Amino acid sequence: MFGDYSLGDLGSIFVMQGFAGLILFSVYVLMALGLAIIFGQMGVINMAHGEFMILGAYVTWMTSNFFQTYLPSLFSGYFFLAMILAFVASGALGMLVEWVLIRHLYKRPLDTLLATWGLSLILQQAFRSVFGAREVGVDLPQWMLGSLHVSESIEVPINGVFVMCLTVLITVGVAYVMYKSRWGRQVRAVVQNRIMAGAVGINTEKVDRYTYGLGCGIAGVAGSAFTMIGSTGPTSGQLYIVDTFLVVVFGGAASLLGTIASAFSISQTQSTLEFFMSGSMAKVLTLLAVVGILMLRPQGLFALKVRK
Amino acid sequence: MTDNRFFNRSELIGILLLAVFLVVVLPLTLDVFRLNLVAKYLTYAFVALGLVVCWGYGGILSLGQGVFFGLGGYCMAMFLKLEASSPENTKIQSTPGIPDFMDWNQITSLPLFWKPFHSLTFTIAAIILVPGIFALIIGTAMFKRRVGGTYFAIITQAVAAILTILIVGQQGYTGGINGMTDLRTLKGWDIRPDHAKIVLYFFEVGCLFVCIMIAQFVRHSKLGRILVAMREKEDRVRFSGYSVANFKIFAFCVAAVFAAIGGAMFALNVGFMSPSFVGIVPSIEMVIYTAVGGRLSILGAVYGTLLVNFAKTSLSETFPELWLFGLGGLFIAVVLAFPNGLAGIWGDYVQPRIDRLISSRKPKPEGWTDSSVADGAPAE
Repeated sequence: MFGDYSLGDLGSIFVMQGFAGLILFSVYVLMALGLAIIFGQMGVINMAHGEFMILGAYVTWMTSNFFQTYLPSLFSGYFFLAMILAFVASGALGMLVEWVLIRHLYKRPLDTLLATWGLSLILQQAFRSVFGAREVGVDLPQWMLGSLHVSESIEVPINGVFVMCLTVLITVGVAYVMYKSRWGRQVRAVVQNRIMAGAVGINTEKVDRYTYGLGCGIAGVAGSAFTMIGSTGPTSGQLYIVDTFLVVVFGGAASLLGTIASAFSISQTQSTLEFFMSGSMAKVLTLLAVVGILMLRPQGLFALKVRK
Repeated sequence: MTDNRFFNRSELIGILLLAVFLVVVLPLTLDVFRLNLVAKYLTYAFVALGLVVCWGYGGILSLGQGVFFGLGGYCMAMFLKLEASSPENTKIQSTPGIPDFMDWNQITSLPLFWKPFHSLTFTIAAIILVPGIFALIIGTAMFKRRVGGTYFAIITQAVAAILTILIVGQQGYTGGINGMTDLRTLKGWDIRPDHAKIVLYFFEVGCLFVCIMIAQFVRHSKLGRILVAMREKEDRVRFSGYSVANFKIFAFCVAAVFAAIGGAMFALNVGFMSPSFVGIVPSIEMVIYTAVGGRLSILGAVYGTLLVNFAKTSLSETFPELWLFGLGGLFIAVVLAFPNGLAGIWGDYVQPRIDRLISSRKPKPEGWTDSSVADGAPAE
């Protein structure tokens, strides 16, 4: 399979494919971070996660249209505002959903799966009714177009670099919130022992609501980042949901480090394989490998050792 | 007609009512086109029935039943496709005697794994065995390592995704996204005209009742009791000396084989098979049929399937926009308000009234639900 390429070519191919993989990795990480918080920490299977992401993407699209029409002079900076709006919109919807739906189902994790699937169908149809069935794409500001020439045969797109920087920032932010802040400590306490956490005075219901909101908000930011590299349609979220769940499960739920490691290995495997075979076979092989490894090591790559 | 191993009196009456409904009422009142639609819906009832055993009793939620539906359906479709692609029928192709989609994909000879599907006996065996063994492998790998609950659901979902991508990607071997179309005859007997559709409908209903009986047997045997016990308190069953994994594997395999029979019936009745019945979305839709019917009710699964599908067809014909809202709302309503589905509503509200009306004579004249099993929400 390597026969026709020289060593230098191969190196460039691996770097370029590796970079394509890094962009995929960024989307996976952003999606999976929110899901790892919701699934890993709260045990809720949020099948509507993809739709929260798409909500963020649509918010970004609307913001970009708004800036284009009314504030063209500030267009180059619209993305930062869009990201905040996406976070707020998805987070608020998430908190509403938690209040209406999820809080009744904490004891029935399999039922959260069905209920959130229903929610995702409703949201998809809502997107279709409001924004139309056609995919929409945002116009990137001038400074994000083009690519950086690293060497003669290697070039990387700027929007990809930007998305990656964003991912790193958000990951660091989430890690800080979860492991260093007072609120993160409360979240982890509730996860480890809900009754005891309640007994020492933590308002577990409130923590649940904000945790769910945070997870959904991060999904919204993921959607915002997603608009930089692809177009958005009502059902785009569904394409990523299974992959994202696999990323979270493969990494070991409740482990942020594991989520990142598994997102990295899955996206790199997939994009490297994609060069040598058709996209669908690359995906099949990657998913098969993940499922195979999960059968051998069900707790995932990084598992917390807890007594049950 | 006293109680025996398979069913008590109320269940027997329920089964007879369903039999009258499917065998007498529907064929007399519907035209052939609508009857064929019912036949198509009933193929999903097989899947829903399997889910009652696996999810309702065993507490194992599989989101990959479409995989087994698809495996069964593709086995059947491969046989029918080979028969439809006889050298006389396909002499305009560059390679006569192979299915048309292979010819379009520049494949010049029949792939090895297609060859045994010339034989009907092999095909029937494959419909049962291929999904059965596949389920056995997945089940053994997962349950022996005590993977269950949500993890199992996610992994079965991933398997459904993998199989769909594989079928769509390997167009030359599987017909790709279009699936296997233009299925014509079964051992020389044309399956397309109206009278064949009616015969196939009755054949399917017969198979459905065989599956219902098997499910009834599982439920009333000791095996069924252990499944329920396992769902409620897995550790206690394990400490009592039962091999929990083996019972789970069994329930999963039964569900898989039921789904596969449904898939094979689908290929026969509807006349094609495509990856759109394999993936994640159809798999989860099949779960909702069971949930609507009542996850603990064998007959409820059949009614739930029929009801949801009728609603889907009529709603999506008239208000295509509303259908997804309706389906989504149905998911949420069933989970939040009616965890035991139609059967739960029947058992809680309708049956007591009927009982009161004729309480002077016999208790429980009919019903789909067994309150001894239906009590208590299935805990995970």
